[in-house]
Amino acid sequence: MKFKAKSRNALVLSAVLALGFATTAAQAAEVNVYSARKEALIKPLLDKFTAETGVAVNLVTGKADALLKRLTSEGANSPADLLITTDAGRLHRAKEAGVTQPMTSEALAASVPVQYRDTENHWVGLSLRARPIMYVKGKVNPSELSTYEDLADPKWKGRICIRSSGNIYNQSLVASLIASNGAEGVEKWAKDFVGNFARPPKGGDRDQIKGAAAGQCDIAIANTYYLAGMLTSKDEAQKAAAQKVAVFWPNQNGRGAHVNVSGAALTKSSKNTKEAVSLVEFLVKADSQKWYAEVNGEYPVLEGVGVSSTLAEWGTFKADTLNLSKLGELNGEALMLMDRAGWK
Amino acid sequence: MEVTAPTHLRPNRSRSTRFSGWAVCAVITALLISLPVVVVLAHVFYPSGEVWKHLAETVLADYVANSLLLMLGVAVGTAIGGIGCAWLISMTDFPGRRVFEWALLLPMAMPAYIIAYTYTGLLDFAGPVQTALRELMDWKWGDYWFPDVRSLGGAVIMMSLVLFPYVYLMTRAAFLNQSICVLDVSRTLGNGPWRTFFSVGLPLARPAIVAGLSLALMETLADYGTVQYFGVATFTTGIFRTWYGLDNAAAASQLAALLMMFVFVLLVLEAYSRRQARFHHTSQRHQDIQRYVLKGWKSLGAFLFCFLAVVLGFLLPAGQLGYWSVLVAETQIDGSFLALLGNSLKLAGLTSVLAVILALFLGYSRRLHQTKPLLASVRLAGMGYAVPGTVIAIGVIIPFAWFDNTLDGWAREMLGTSTGLLLSGTIFALVFAYLVRFLAVSLQAVNAGLDRIKPSIDEAGRSLGYGPLGVVRRLHIPLLSGSLLTAVLLVFVDVLKELPATLILRPFDYNTLAVRAYEMASDERLAEAGPASLAIVAAGIVPVVLLSRSIARTRREKT
Repeated sequence: MKFKAKSRNALVLSAVLALGFATTAAQAAEVNVYSARKEALIKPLLDKFTAETGVAVNLVTGKADALLKRLTSEGANSPADLLITTDAGRLHRAKEAGVTQPMTSEALAASVPVQYRDTENHWVGLSLRARPIMYVKGKVNPSELSTYEDLADPKWKGRICIRSSGNIYNQSLVASLIASNGAEGVEKWAKDFVGNFARPPKGGDRDQIKGAAAGQCDIAIANTYYLAGMLTSKDEAQKAAAQKVAVFWPNQNGRGAHVNVSGAALTKSSKNTKEAVSLVEFLVKADSQKWYAEVNGEYPVLEGVGVSSTLAEWGTFKADTLNLSKLGELNGEALMLMDRAGWK
Repeated sequence: MEVTAPTHLRPNRSRSTRFSGWAVCAVITALLISLPVVVVLAHVFYPSGEVWKHLAETVLADYVANSLLLMLGVAVGTAIGGIGCAWLISMTDFPGRRVFEWALLLPMAMPAYIIAYTYTGLLDFAGPVQTALRELMDWKWGDYWFPDVRSLGGAVIMMSLVLFPYVYLMTRAAFLNQSICVLDVSRTLGNGPWRTFFSVGLPLARPAIVAGLSLALMETLADYGTVQYFGVATFTTGIFRTWYGLDNAAAASQLAALLMMFVFVLLVLEAYSRRQARFHHTSQRHQDIQRYVLKGWKSLGAFLFCFLAVVLGFLLPAGQLGYWSVLVAETQIDGSFLALLGNSLKLAGLTSVLAVILALFLGYSRRLHQTKPLLASVRLAGMGYAVPGTVIAIGVIIPFAWFDNTLDGWAREMLGTSTGLLLSGTIFALVFAYLVRFLAVSLQAVNAGLDRIKPSIDEAGRSLGYGPLGVVRRLHIPLLSGSLLTAVLLVFVDVLKELPATLILRPFDYNTLAVRAYEMASDERLAEAGPASLAIVAAGIVPVVLLSRSIARTRREKT
């Protein structure tokens, strides 16, 4: 019977496949990476590392929380050597979960500023992601803008676009405000700030910029690399929208603009520690640091590394020097505060 | 067609105790499949502290209301679209019917989150439609009203557009399988087409309609991509916020448990609707249906109804994807793209065949041994379909890693060697997760098919000396071939579209089309997501067309 023959083949095939993958043995000189950075935004650098050192890099990408869950469940047998995330909060959470270990590297300690790495070097920042205010040219005079705190002022009523509170970048931003101003003040701020929204939060950062460009609001809050991506997009409509807005760096007379990092943590289960640390060192080399800026519009964690022309146009800025572990510690509190403020 | 009495009124057919081993096997298999769901729900018993109180005070009401409204909307949308098209296609004749017959299945190949991206791109405030309107009329923001795509209503429409084919597929199969004599009787009694539809066609197709609707609604409850993108706070978005944002797995599983209650109610309703009476054919005699030939405005109406469903659910979004693909073709389509396609097809093929074998085993056990533990465990095994993929993935990771680490500990102690991670991070774990998630689909199709086979056929087979396997092989499989094919193809398309579990469970350096599409789209590079999305849709079209042809063929063979 036809069906039977087919199902038998499938069974054999499945057994072969399962065995084939189960017995994939560890080889010499390799690094296994769990990455929340998307393949397109990390693989080219990893390939370059392999070409230079001969060390193979195996990659799984995914959402940071899920990868962290996979790492903690696999425990001491986990094949992963490095966990790469796109925010400091998750790195902090990995450290709290006890699945990371310190990296001993003089090169890292010497090059990466102290606020962008863990106090015990369990994790190191690889690139900076800034979240400034963006305004529509001609509709807002930059002199009207000053700080994140000021965005709760009634003069911004119905003029602000920002995405949902489910987004980690907003949670980090609010966490940084709590770290600086205390929860009570921030809760009041959040209520007024939400009252100034032009529309219920929806879409991603690019959608906020598009909304501002189309006249729905005057101010958008978004990470800079989204704006950079739109400016270099092949989609003319996106490009045109991005050209209508300009970047304003808030809190320059105070603590500085909110930044987060994408970073790498060394896992406790790592069996290729030496190779893993050398990969992290490679990722913060000047050449690699330039690559983040050119390909994805992120800022280098290293001082004195040049940025792309798109980024250079927005000028230099003072970044918040808050130790980024703090963002992880305050993340839950920030989210509950946003819930209470009615930030959808 | 015969309507037999509810099972509990029928004399208890003798069940041979010889096969209790079989029943135990079935219960164990079903429980294994339910393991991930159970693992996650077990977190309920951890204390969640203040968080649950916080949720109840702030956002829980929104989650419940939005999830209910979403289900209600999608139920209405898919019922109108699915049943309407099924009746028009199987019972009437109008220009284009033969093309619509298969074209109406095409929206199935379109993942809900992708159709959401494309319509947002088109209809958003900053999109081409509204921009053109503003330029044409010299309007500004606030000068005019335009429906907001990214809203609860928008989510209902998006999901209805891609989920109505489930209802269409099941209902159409039911209409086609209805003994022609019943419809003829209705006609000879002088009933017109509308009356025949409401008093004969619709009631007799009810089990199939409910099966299709419950698939669509479970898919709706499990959806994360669309509601997250549209900013609609539902249970799924709530589970993620609580688990990840608040880092509280206990409160998140309590939300998941509440979600499962929704599913449970849904399944009970479905079972109830079947319980009233069983639907079997007494006559296997079929002949070509004498269609109502539609003329004039009726024919135009039928045409437009089907045309809109195909255009909105498939052609328009596919066109947008095609446009995006052309924009980015040179940077996105390279050698690795073929590897993605290969991986997607392999996973989908393997899972769909395994799923149908499992479904056949469980469905048949259910039929043979109608004991409470068996019925309950089979029902539990089908619940994975309503659980978001990420939740299932976590439910797979935990027991698999536990098994691997326990085995490794044992091997180290007893044998002095390490076995490492045997199952975690392998294709096996991934395919298992797919089975957990999609078994319900194949189970529904197989059960719907089995329910249409009279119990007396089993009995006749058994009295001829066939064992249970013999009955399956010699009698059921030939009668079921259509349902089995439906099961294979539905799961195939579903796996092709699956994202969250694939993302978390796949081995190193192993990507699929859905992963590529997601990586680009989640970085808000919609155009770059175009080629992979289009490839998912294109790869899904083949099984969808096969599906349609097989149904048409089943019908012809029986005449």
